Amino acid sequence: MGNRGHAVSVSFVQRDNGLQMLKYLLKRLSLLIPTLIGVATLVFAMVALSPGDPARVMLGERATKAQLEKIRAEMGLDRPLIEQYGIYMKNMVQLDFGESIKTGRKVMDEIKELYPATIELAFFAMLFATIVGIIIGVLSATRRNTWIDYTSMVGALVGVSLPVFWLALVLIMIFSVGFDLLPTGGRINIRYYFEPMTNFYVIDSIIYLFREGDPKFLTSVLRHIILPAIALGTIPLAIIARVTRSSMLEVLKQDYIKTARSAGILENRVVYRYALKNALLPVITIIGIQFGLLLSGAILTETIFAWPGIGKWLYKAIEARDYPAVQGGVMVIATTFVLINLVVDILYSLVNPKIRLQ
Amino acid sequence: MKKALNVLLVFLLAFAVFAGGQQEADQGAAAEEATEESAEDSKYGGVLVFGRGGDSVGLDPARETDGESFYGSTQIFDNLVEFKNGTTEIQPALAKSWDISDDSLTFTFHLVEDATFHDGTPFNAEAVVFSLGRQLWEDHPYYDLGPWKYWGYMDMSNIVKDIVAVDEYTVRFELQKVEAPFLANLAMDFAAMVSPAAVEKYGSDFPSNPVGTGPFKFVSWKKDDHIVLERNEDYWRRPAYLDRLILKVIPDATARYLALQKGEIDVMDFPSPEDIADMKADPDIKVIQQPGLNVGYLAMNCEKEPFDDVRVRKAFNYAINKEEIIAGVFGDAGTTAKNPIPPTMWSYNEDIDPYPYNPEKAKELLAEAGYADGFKTDLWAMPVARPYFPDGRKVAEIMQAQLKEIGVEAEIVSYEWGTYLEGTDNGKHQTALLGWTGDNGDPDNFLFVLLSIPAAEVPAGNIAFWKDKEFNDLVVEAKSTFDRDKRTELYKEAQEVFHEEAPWVPVAHSVVSEPMQPYVMNFKLSPVGKRVFYSVWLDK
Repeated sequence: MGNRGHAVSVSFVQRDNGLQMLKYLLKRLSLLIPTLIGVATLVFAMVALSPGDPARVMLGERATKAQLEKIRAEMGLDRPLIEQYGIYMKNMVQLDFGESIKTGRKVMDEIKELYPATIELAFFAMLFATIVGIIIGVLSATRRNTWIDYTSMVGALVGVSLPVFWLALVLIMIFSVGFDLLPTGGRINIRYYFEPMTNFYVIDSIIYLFREGDPKFLTSVLRHIILPAIALGTIPLAIIARVTRSSMLEVLKQDYIKTARSAGILENRVVYRYALKNALLPVITIIGIQFGLLLSGAILTETIFAWPGIGKWLYKAIEARDYPAVQGGVMVIATTFVLINLVVDILYSLVNPKIRLQ
Repeated sequence: MKKALNVLLVFLLAFAVFAGGQQEADQGAAAEEATEESAEDSKYGGVLVFGRGGDSVGLDPARETDGESFYGSTQIFDNLVEFKNGTTEIQPALAKSWDISDDSLTFTFHLVEDATFHDGTPFNAEAVVFSLGRQLWEDHPYYDLGPWKYWGYMDMSNIVKDIVAVDEYTVRFELQKVEAPFLANLAMDFAAMVSPAAVEKYGSDFPSNPVGTGPFKFVSWKKDDHIVLERNEDYWRRPAYLDRLILKVIPDATARYLALQKGEIDVMDFPSPEDIADMKADPDIKVIQQPGLNVGYLAMNCEKEPFDDVRVRKAFNYAINKEEIIAGVFGDAGTTAKNPIPPTMWSYNEDIDPYPYNPEKAKELLAEAGYADGFKTDLWAMPVARPYFPDGRKVAEIMQAQLKEIGVEAEIVSYEWGTYLEGTDNGKHQTALLGWTGDNGDPDNFLFVLLSIPAAEVPAGNIAFWKDKEFNDLVVEAKSTFDRDKRTELYKEAQEVFHEEAPWVPVAHSVVSEPMQPYVMNFKLSPVGKRVFYSVWLDK
């Protein structure tokens, strides 16, 4: 009987939880729209206020007056700013970023081709950083003030301070050229005839594996992603390790841990089951922020590893004053960032129900 | 099959030699080269990966202006005439011969009759009218796919009056004025022959679905990653040797070098200057070098004091030590300049005696001009790396130190690139660093564009705002005759005037280096900056 009553009360709490969760989700989603409008306006203002005539930059040393005027008219630069803003916002709402001035192709098409590469790289970098970072963090917290702790924390300090391009080149020199283990760059051996479908090469090559039974594409794709993921994941790894460590130390001091220990529960169980779960709260936040940062911050890694992603593309678009491309690229990254934050908040509220009540 | 094709090719070339008696192109050598090549089938086969610094913007050469785009499109398209591989000489291509009217205002081209676009569209006079007409006529149905920037840069709308298809394989150009560089312009990338059917089919997507008559067919393009091309088996000349050509983007020069060492790429474009010495010393790497068709210079604004005085301009020429700039900025990738045109260009005046580095002489000249105590000036430094100045800021800093020796205090100023060009175009500077890369291999493309009186109108190409009637008359006259010897003479004289009047300090010509695997054969660097893989083969 007692058991039954318990079950009933749990299901009641869960239903209540579900309702609260839904309300919370709606609240978060409704905040999304003003945030994105704000971002779009900011992007427009940044572009409008930046120095230099985009037409002049585009045409270079050889521009003639007539050509300049023609380009300005085509880009709408000769119209009043407020009108430009109106047209811009209207297009943004329709997710129409227009055509790249430089290539004449639809900005959305170029983003569809390049953004998956960046997301894939950032995902594997974060996977590496999260797994290794949490392990190192927990190890150094549970073995505080031992050589493991000292080595890990010095390593983490070095990790955040290493210039990414330098680390990337050293990795190539050691593992590609030196030991001849891994390729120097790119996403797949380009001598293969590989036709991607989703542009997420890991997914595409798995589809190939199932369809044709040939693992060579998947092998090649995974071999290509290892070094860039390590190079890109090093800084988040160091940060995650440090946050995990301090958060773990905090939690391990709590009374309920002492209680658990005094109750004779195995140390491993105490650490991984009770302490780590609570210690992960700040770590989740950090993972979310770092993942967002990697999307736009992968430029150096993308450059060195010849990784055709959005970071380098966006950098070049800014350099060329390719307004539609800059606006489209920043909007897509900002939207992803906001979405990741949403996911982090939801995860957070799942782990810690108190959040939802606030 | 290939043998049969080769025999056909030799026959065709022989035919071209007989049929094309009117022009002075280097067909003899072309035929010779072809016979020699026809002897070997062993050259066929293989995949070549070309590692380069950036992706193509688009593959419609009439729309683009950057070398990376042309690296791709050059393999896919042919022109009526072309630069003989590795030179600035013009030779027949899709036009097997041509006649020029007595008044030099009408060009009649006779086309090859067996060329076909990759999509099966036959190449004929209509295709010529289409390819160039879309850039000329504003009411052309495909004019709006532009802007046709290079057509504009080369001022073609003020040269060409009309393009007429006379019959299936004859096309006539009527010109508005006598313009000697016209033929060279037709060899430039923008004048490539595109398939009219493909442009109609793809519209604004044509730049990512290019269809030409060239030795390689377009297969696929992964943005910012690589472009795949394959041999056109039905090429109207000997088919290319390579089965496939892959243009691979590796943005970082050091990473590119590592990929070359590891054998992931076969030819590497644009090495960093500091690596070239190591590459040359490496027995596993072959380095091909050639001076680029460019010049980097310091322009002195002749409309502003004190640079309206030729003595001051000469003093700057004596005061600036070019060797030091080359050593400090270019390393193995540059050579000093004495003329406004590069040494690989015809009519380059070897007899000019460059101003030696002589600060004492410079001080004397300044004193004569009334500036014994020196003066202050601005010195504009480019914010971006260009082939002619890999580091504008550093060049300016070295110059600043050298000018200090003669009592001139130069203040380095720099702006964002667009603002910089706008400023120099409008003569806001006293002295400014800038440079030029040639397009069509014609001296007119430097001397008229950068130093003539019309070019000193804002927005100016002549940013020294140097208006010398004697010089101007020479380059204008050279524009209006097709007699190469006469033109050479005029340009040489113009370079003497330039030297005497010293509107610039000509600083440097960059040297292009192309490291590659030793088994890559017959790769020639082109002075006009192309990378042509038609005749390249792999010895492995």
